[in-house]
Amino acid sequence: MEYLAYAAFFLTLAMTFSIICLGLNVQWGQTGLFNVGVAAFVGVGAYTSVLLTTPATPDRIGGFGLPIAVGWIGAAGVSAVVSFLVGALTLRLRSDYLAITTFGIAIALQLCFQNIEVLTGGVFGVGFIPRAFGSVQANALLFNYANLALAAALVVVLYLVLEHLARSPWGRVLRAVREDEAAAQSLGKNPAALRLQAFALGGAIMGLAGAVQAHFVGFISPPNYLPMLTFQVWAMLIVGGSGNNMGAILGAVLVWAIWALSGSLISEVFPADQQARAASLQIVVIGVMLCLLLLWRPQGLLPERQTISKHLGTRHDT
Amino acid sequence: MSNPALSADGLSMSFGGHNVVRDMSLNVGTGELVGLIGPNGAGKTTMFNLLAGTLRPKAGVIRLAGEDVTDRSQQGRCGSGLSRSFQIPKPFARMTVLENVMTSAQGQVGENVLSVLIRPGAVAAQERANVARARALIDFVSLSHLEDRPASVLSGGQRKLLELARVLMTEPKVILLDEPAAGVNPALLDLIIDRIADINSRGISILLIEHNMDMIARLCSRVVVMAAGRLLAEGAPQEVTRRPEVVDVYLDGMPS
Repeated sequence: MEYLAYAAFFLTLAMTFSIICLGLNVQWGQTGLFNVGVAAFVGVGAYTSVLLTTPATPDRIGGFGLPIAVGWIGAAGVSAVVSFLVGALTLRLRSDYLAITTFGIAIALQLCFQNIEVLTGGVFGVGFIPRAFGSVQANALLFNYANLALAAALVVVLYLVLEHLARSPWGRVLRAVREDEAAAQSLGKNPAALRLQAFALGGAIMGLAGAVQAHFVGFISPPNYLPMLTFQVWAMLIVGGSGNNMGAILGAVLVWAIWALSGSLISEVFPADQQARAASLQIVVIGVMLCLLLLWRPQGLLPERQTISKHLGTRHDT
Repeated sequence: MSNPALSADGLSMSFGGHNVVRDMSLNVGTGELVGLIGPNGAGKTTMFNLLAGTLRPKAGVIRLAGEDVTDRSQQGRCGSGLSRSFQIPKPFARMTVLENVMTSAQGQVGENVLSVLIRPGAVAAQERANVARARALIDFVSLSHLEDRPASVLSGGQRKLLELARVLMTEPKVILLDEPAAGVNPALLDLIIDRIADINSRGISILLIEHNMDMIARLCSRVVVMAAGRLLAEGAPQEVTRRPEVVDVYLDGMPS
């Protein structure tokens, strides 16, 4: 019984990581934007949703008590706006500088989460976040599986939408820009505007994931959004196969499994006073796995497929 | 008198102190097919880059149908009906021939991520119209049998033909063709010449860089000769290519 409940808990978190990973895949896999500030966009989404949905609190601004669905939409919206602004400032930079700037912005935003206490509750974070299916919370099994179903449904919907986008004229012109930017420009395309759209869309998805995670766990605090999260998500996308939406989901589940298993193994094997230090081994495990994979299968487990945009039927049936 | 389809007035460009284009002026009348010739290094391709908006001139004015477009971006000029091909073709190699041509359509609703999600009907309707037009253009350049193959499988000559179809898909009023016959086998060469003449007969103005004098003679009513970044001569192809100063630069590479 307990294992079944834990499996659902584990998979629900894996689904939220899948969503972040799908967002990064839009930015990196499809568009080639080197965003090293993933954690911040997830955090913006989480805090936005929490602000919108928690009940009013005297020592914090807000707590608007809105429904969770409104929180989700708000999270995606605010993250999209933040990504758009960050993108407008940085996307003209070459990829290595884009990485440095997004990293810096992520650090700055994380410090904002930690220090703007009236908005975020500071280092203590925010608890008692309304949870989806909160009415059945007493029954852990039912609660976890209901949440898993919800998160999985969200992943499926996002997957279908993103595949649809990849086959749309938008996906086509993004690929054209990636293939030959000069040629695309000569054909009247605006690479900067297209990149900005992809960056904002990716950011919106990451923000949504942050909200889903916050409402599932019920508690958020600034350490959730350290660069470690960005590292995990990148590892997931590289392992799964960047450029492939299915790969992004697979990578998220797999890396999260290794992370969680190595974590519980460490807590079994090491004595209590050594555990804080031993926890670093989790990062080592992921790092070693990344190295091995990059040596043997650099394109990831599910490599990018050739996407052909749909042309509303082939020549023969028109 | 109506404005020329494309005109350049006093264009200058330098790279690191080296003047590549110096006070260069030329006109392409509406429906005219003008050749731009000159020895290697004369500045012809730089001139194309200036006209298309890939480079900004240090001095001079560029007009499209009388309208000053000197400060307009390359994308903006394409939207205003000026399109170019490249000396070395730049196909989107991993995309199919059809996708290459489809991408070139201007004003696509579906190139905005929000429109794809919010207005699927409008996007689909436009795609249907564009796919019909793209297929007609692929037929026109005789690549129908390769429509669903990635552009990477095309030969050099076929890539030139694909560029032609892509350029036409933008619905241009003026096109700049950079050596459309370079490295093309003789069988395809006749096809390319025939297609360029056909495009021009539909009223599209063309400026053509070409080293193949036979092709210039067959297609162009007028040629502009550049040497060392300047205008050297201008006139009917048969007459201009006999002038001693033109013969000289082709022999020496420098004006006498």
